[in-house]
Amino acid sequence: MHVHRFERVWLVAALGMIVLFVGTVTYGAVVAGYGMVDAEGGQVDTTDPAASEDFREPGVYEGSEPGHYDVYVETRRFAFVPGTADPIRVPANSTVTFHVASVDVLHGFEVAGTNINTMAIPGQKAVVTAEFDEPREYGLVCNEYCGEGHHDMAGTLEVVPEPEFDASTEVQ
Amino acid sequence: MAHAHDERTGEPTERSELPTDERLAFVDEYPSAARITRLCFGVSFGALLVGALLGIVQALHRTNVFRGVIESSDYYSVLTGHGVLLALFFTIFFLSGAFTWGTTRSLGRDLPNPRFSMAWFGLQLGGAVAVATAIFGGFVGEIPFEADVLYTFYAPLQAHPLFYAGLAAWLVGTWLAGADWIRSYLRWRSDNPGERVPLQTFMVLTTMLMWYVSTVGVAVEVLVFLLPLSLGLIDAVDPLLTRTLFWYFGHPVVYFWLMPAYFAWYTILPKLAGGRLFSDPLARVVFVLFLILSTPVGFHHQYADPGIAEGFKFVAMTNTMFLLLPSFLTAFTVVASMEYGARRRGGNGYFGWMKALPWANPAFAGMALAGLMFAAGGFSGIVNAGMNINSLVHNTLWVPGHFHLTVGTASALTMMAVSYWLYPQVTGKRLQLYGLAQVQPYVWFIGMALMSNAMHRAGLAGVPRRTAEPQYDQFTFEAALGSIPEMRLQIAVGGTLLTLGAVLFAAVMLATWFADRGRGRLRVDSHLPEPVSGPEDAPRVLDNFKLWTAVAVVLVAIAYGFPVFSMVADGPFDPAAPPVPVGVVDAAIGLLPG
Ligand code: HEM
Ligand SMILES: [Cu+2]
Ligand SMILES: [Cu+2]
Repeated sequence: MHVHRFERVWLVAALGMIVLFVGTVTYGAVVAGYGMVDAEGGQVDTTDPAASEDFREPGVYEGSEPGHYDVYVETRRFAFVPGTADPIRVPANSTVTFHVASVDVLHGFEVAGTNINTMAIPGQKAVVTAEFDEPREYGLVCNEYCGEGHHDMAGTLEVVPEPEFDASTEVQ
Repeated sequence: MAHAHDERTGEPTERSELPTDERLAFVDEYPSAARITRLCFGVSFGALLVGALLGIVQALHRTNVFRGVIESSDYYSVLTGHGVLLALFFTIFFLSGAFTWGTTRSLGRDLPNPRFSMAWFGLQLGGAVAVATAIFGGFVGEIPFEADVLYTFYAPLQAHPLFYAGLAAWLVGTWLAGADWIRSYLRWRSDNPGERVPLQTFMVLTTMLMWYVSTVGVAVEVLVFLLPLSLGLIDAVDPLLTRTLFWYFGHPVVYFWLMPAYFAWYTILPKLAGGRLFSDPLARVVFVLFLILSTPVGFHHQYADPGIAEGFKFVAMTNTMFLLLPSFLTAFTVVASMEYGARRRGGNGYFGWMKALPWANPAFAGMALAGLMFAAGGFSGIVNAGMNINSLVHNTLWVPGHFHLTVGTASALTMMAVSYWLYPQVTGKRLQLYGLAQVQPYVWFIGMALMSNAMHRAGLAGVPRRTAEPQYDQFTFEAALGSIPEMRLQIAVGGTLLTLGAVLFAAVMLATWFADRGRGRLRVDSHLPEPVSGPEDAPRVLDNFKLWTAVAVVLVAIAYGFPVFSMVADGPFDPAAPPVPVGVVDAAIGLLPG
């Protein structure tokens, strides 16, 4: 088969670029340790996740190590629990693992402007971990269509200065 | 004049092998194939026009420029209509017409049985009408239809059974259309043993084989799970499994949108630019790569899904990146063909040759501008495909920004451009309102440049897609580039221009449809010049469809076998989520805490 010289150069360059892209992502996953949402969370009860062994009542929990927190969030039409009615509050300089599960249909759990962004699929628990250094308020958005009230499904995440974080009222 | 051309076709006259008075229109040679093509185009253009009118409603509503047309809760019926009519019906009816033309033209024989062809067209149309009825029923309270489940219809949200039944009928219609083209090919094959498959037919067949492999997923989803669920025959489905089946089909369908554009860029664009295709063998390689690589990549739409191991996502990502290869090769061919044509037309210089291209010919201009935007779309697609960068843009407005460049321009604008060239040939009528046709591609291009750049940037700020009102009480979005009000304005203005572009196109087509035959000589001729390097240079193994289909199936088994097995192993309906019918909303809102 005859392939024009320029075309051959282009072909090799394109392949090189592709290998480069795959390499960058592999680097991000393996070396930089950027964790993806995956199957680690396991399955939960489809309409009542809290009935499952490894999903607690929604809320903020102190983690196994100092500075670690676990946040259990249920997504339901059309609210995050917690998040919508009461903001999720965590202290600055902490590592937070979000455990997200849906009680009805598909929802999204996006902390606007960050890369915390996962699907909530009935029957599956999504687990994402992030570090919060500075006190700041973040918006929470449901970014998967979940019904006619979808555009009202939002909430807030407050990262508060450590002294203001009162573990006795925030943490269960 | 050293370079005399026929101004009307953009093709240098000395290249055209047929003298002007002997140029027959396609409709004169193959009346029944021309009729199918006309009918498919008619439905396709109708879907485009309605879809575009829904598009402006959305663009204005979600940017808060004008909210008077619909209630916010009806936004999702509009969005479902927009997605289904444009992404499924406009594109695939167009494909059905264009492929009917391409098979017939390149094999030099009409489809075997006009009644069979009408039957598949009828089935596609009937299915599409049922789906549209179910969607638009959502606007009318007294009608029980309701289908605002968006074009991805993720369970356990549940639409009216008519929606799923219509989808199934339409799908079977597309399968039969493919069977018609395959039948035509097999007849040609038995009359021409040992001959190379003509290029356009080759493209049609590889595309259809890809379609058969990939639509199995959505067929199982609809027929085994969603239709029975909506009829109350089963009580629950596994949302992760049905979603996986959807995306098994959902990525290949993207190539089903794109293949008609590639088909045109390889076979029609070089001629309109004033030259001819470089390499027939490489075009075949590109289509084979699409056939084998398109399906095993669906998990790249599920990077953010729980319940799927990272390893499977990684396999899909690697495959996705390699799928860039055929698109890179196509980009080369498109640009090289344009340059070759331009130089033949007397263009010169590094970039100066571009001035020699027939920018006033709407068929050429549309395809060239579409190709240009595809390059930008390819770039944002690479970002989507990078599985960790993806979480920054997943389900944000970046995503519609991306696919309005790809399907919304690379495919859609090419399809409109092809119509300016092809529609006169299947009707025998001269293109009307030529001046409007000449400005139309530019209107689309400018509109899309505004809308999509703003969508991309808004997505980076976290503004979600698929929402009637992306303005929340609790917080505001922070823009990294530009400001949110400026982006909203650009989306609204861009969307308005785009809709104007669609209306201009529809006006040209309608006027041509209603024009009398014989009002002036056709501006186009159907002759397609031979490639520089013809099929005799292509290894014979490229024409071995059985081999490539087998490779495609093996790759699918590798990518999907284990994850799907593990989803089904605990029972195909488990974890069991009960349906949530759309439209039954008040009760749910009442449960809102706080
Ligand atoms: C006429 C000009 C068009 C305008 C003004 C327009 C506008 C829009 C807007 C603003 C959205 C985002 C809605 C949202 O996420 O809330 C959207 C979504 C979409 N558009 Fe377009 N669009 C146009 C043309 C097209 C074309 C030609 C296609 C495909 C061939 C297309 C396919 C889609 C699809 C598939 C969606 C996503 C639907 C979903 O998320 O369910 N659009 N469009
Ligand atoms: Cu939601
Ligand atoms: Cu939602």
